[in-house]
Amino acid sequence: MKSFVFPEFHIIRDEAKCGQCRGCERQCAFGTHTYDPVQDRLISDDYKCAGCQRCVVFCPKDAIEVRPTQSPYRQNASWSREKMEDLKKQAETGGVILTGCGNDKPFRIYWDHIVLNASQVTNPSIDPLREPMELRTFLGAKPDFMDIKSEGDDVQIETKLSPNLTVETPILFSAMSYGAISYNAFRSLATAACKSGTFFNTGEGGLPMEMREQFGKCAIVQVASGRFGIDAEYLNCAAAVEIKVGQGAKPGIGGHLPGEKVSREVAATRMIPTGTDAISPAPHHDIYSIEDLSMLIYALKEATNYEKPVSVKIAAVHNFAAIASGIVRAGADIIAIDGLRGGTGAAPKVIRDNVGIPIELAISSLDGRLRKEGIRNRCSIIAAGGIRCSADVIKAIALGADAVYIGSAALIAMGCNLCQKCYTGKCNWGICTQDPRLAGRLNVDIASLRLSNLICAWSHEISEMLGGMGINALESLRGNRDHLRGVGLYEWELEVLGIKGAGE
Amino acid sequence: MPRKRRELYKKDICACSIFGAMNRDGDRFTGDGVMSAIANMHVRGNGLGGGFAAYGIYPEYKDYYAFHLMFTGSNSDAKRSAKQDFDVFLCENFDVVYDEEIPHGDEATVSDPPLVWRYFVAPRKCGDETNLSDDDYVVMKVMHINTKIENAYVFSSGKNMGCFKGVGYPEEIGEYFMLDRLYKAYTWTVHGRFPTNTQAWWGGAHPFSLLDTTVVHNGEISSYGTNRWYLEMYGYACTLQTDTEVIAYAADLLMRRQKLPIELVAKILAPPIWNCIDRMNERERRLFTALRMVYAPLLMNGPFSIIIGQTGKMIGLTDRIRLRPLTAATRGSMFYLSSEEASIRLISPKLDSVWTPNGGEPVVGKLNNMT
Repeated sequence: MKSFVFPEFHIIRDEAKCGQCRGCERQCAFGTHTYDPVQDRLISDDYKCAGCQRCVVFCPKDAIEVRPTQSPYRQNASWSREKMEDLKKQAETGGVILTGCGNDKPFRIYWDHIVLNASQVTNPSIDPLREPMELRTFLGAKPDFMDIKSEGDDVQIETKLSPNLTVETPILFSAMSYGAISYNAFRSLATAACKSGTFFNTGEGGLPMEMREQFGKCAIVQVASGRFGIDAEYLNCAAAVEIKVGQGAKPGIGGHLPGEKVSREVAATRMIPTGTDAISPAPHHDIYSIEDLSMLIYALKEATNYEKPVSVKIAAVHNFAAIASGIVRAGADIIAIDGLRGGTGAAPKVIRDNVGIPIELAISSLDGRLRKEGIRNRCSIIAAGGIRCSADVIKAIALGADAVYIGSAALIAMGCNLCQKCYTGKCNWGICTQDPRLAGRLNVDIASLRLSNLICAWSHEISEMLGGMGINALESLRGNRDHLRGVGLYEWELEVLGIKGAGE
Repeated sequence: MPRKRRELYKKDICACSIFGAMNRDGDRFTGDGVMSAIANMHVRGNGLGGGFAAYGIYPEYKDYYAFHLMFTGSNSDAKRSAKQDFDVFLCENFDVVYDEEIPHGDEATVSDPPLVWRYFVAPRKCGDETNLSDDDYVVMKVMHINTKIENAYVFSSGKNMGCFKGVGYPEEIGEYFMLDRLYKAYTWTVHGRFPTNTQAWWGGAHPFSLLDTTVVHNGEISSYGTNRWYLEMYGYACTLQTDTEVIAYAADLLMRRQKLPIELVAKILAPPIWNCIDRMNERERRLFTALRMVYAPLLMNGPFSIIIGQTGKMIGLTDRIRLRPLTAATRGSMFYLSSEEASIRLISPKLDSVWTPNGGEPVVGKLNNMT
């Protein structure tokens, strides 16, 4: 059937510069560029281009330019190009439209409507280059009271403290499984997390055997509905265990790793046969209620001898705050909430673009809810989904998060350009693919350095902003909404965020 | 339905002078010395607030909670009617042993004074309340009055102690309440205020107190929002529109309810930096790490020096990077704390020792024979 969809990108090749080296042909897994030996020139097929910019960056002669095309249709505010072309694709295939990455629709980004405070006169701002600036954060349950016994100078803590994760900076790598991303990308995240004093999250694809000893201590291992790759050693080699209930990009939806991506290594790690589809059901089939979740939380605590915090990750949806409060009471030490703009390797586009609520509002309502119930100290909050820069991190913390997960930001640091074709398994950047030829393009040393540089840069910027507010320990900003003001927000939005308007 | 107006936090910012004097033998003395000491730091305030806490002033009623109340209103009738409303509540919840208007000088010498009254009371608990300790009961009722009853503020609620405060220079407030003639205390703490916003009201002056814990404070608490939500979880209502309040409540929570010694409380309010903690021996490292982990929301960030008064104790503390001044001194049984050394020298020219405490290091004066 002839497709009526127009190409999204237009490839412009400067024939004068092109040396016919065929580099672009090799770079593109989508087969966009082909060499015509008769004419001795390269021919590009706009229809195949994903816009990942790989050939542009790697062309030795800088001969290629890839530009988004203008909409060829008559302007129509209701029938946008995207709506028309999605519809055509469905008319041609009868299928669900898949996509990758996070929600790209113009929902209000609250980060960009919140401004930070700074000290003037009455409270000296602090120079982080001269004074200590402390970002260390503990993730886990804290007791209401701490009993101590003191005899003279000797003070003993009587209260049994819950296990906590210690992070040197409040930025963790979000769950991205081996299988969804390549081994090299996975290992780069692990390497950078260990180097930066933070943690990476295995996602639900297990943790390869040979990585456990070296990287287990910086790993949060996930237990998801597919239960892939889980055994006692997997749980016990890690720093924490996370039960994944939902994901911001696709709340209410499970996962599907197609058999083509299940290589021998992925299969071994996931403990499934090579080449079989790895399907994570939408719900956990042993969790149909909060009491079921509580049983799983305590089963995991038993399995890890109560030595590791247990996190529960849920998508931010309409009444999630009440659910989250139940999850805390069910025994979770950490609540990870994933907002509307959270990323994914593959999701139905209609779900990604229409389900869930923005993370900024979610942090505030969850923090407020737990405070009101007097149980805020009984868990930590990790916010995920749409954190783009250090200012987003610090605003998330002032709204009430203890730390943040970054997913898309970490991928971009490694080379991702958010072309949203993750679900094809043909990632030219070697990130979201199991094709050994493509995956080999990602150098672990370089990618992990880019990641640890990112964490380092953001931490410096967070210190600068903290110092400007006259605060020298991050814990004094946590939930400290006095330091935030809203610009251009409606009254109800300010109320949900719990912040004043600018100038108030 | 109209959307309800969202709650706006108010936090007031001020620079200030603080002074404290304690006789560690428990001998009581009048307030004239501390009044001249604080007057010597006149320029550190701007006349928008001054106040005193005095310990040991009501020996004849030492077994009863001494409530100092402010009744505000646009005229004296309004103040009287606020008092009448309050009296109904008080009589339902407490047995009042004695009450009177707090004696004061000419109202014309100060700006817009409220009606200030004192009551000596014993708790009258009923129902579930009988399970509460007397102190917890009083705290609960004080929080109720300060949040629910209009135009009535409890600004002092301990036994055998009292706060006196208002809008004006501290020496004027001392004069107004005749502290140099009517009262003898073994500990006096004083505060002269320089608020950087102009809205001045009598309840906003220091000291801030809950039961017998009082705080005078020079500085600004940048962590106020964090401290506030944590304390609210434990039932403390922050109503007085100032950051100093949270220190008083934090001291009450940690010292009275959680029974932690002042040395540890100081390490919660102004903890050592991680660089230092990481170099400590195993035992200390574990303790300080646990304190910072559990009590992170009570870290007082930003510049401060404070004097905390309690029955039998006076404690000085500065923030951990010491952004506000504090000088300590002793002479015989006398123990002094002050923003400036000159004020101590003014009333005690000869001193046995004078020192500047390190940031985050508490200096503690205790009665020698606490009974």
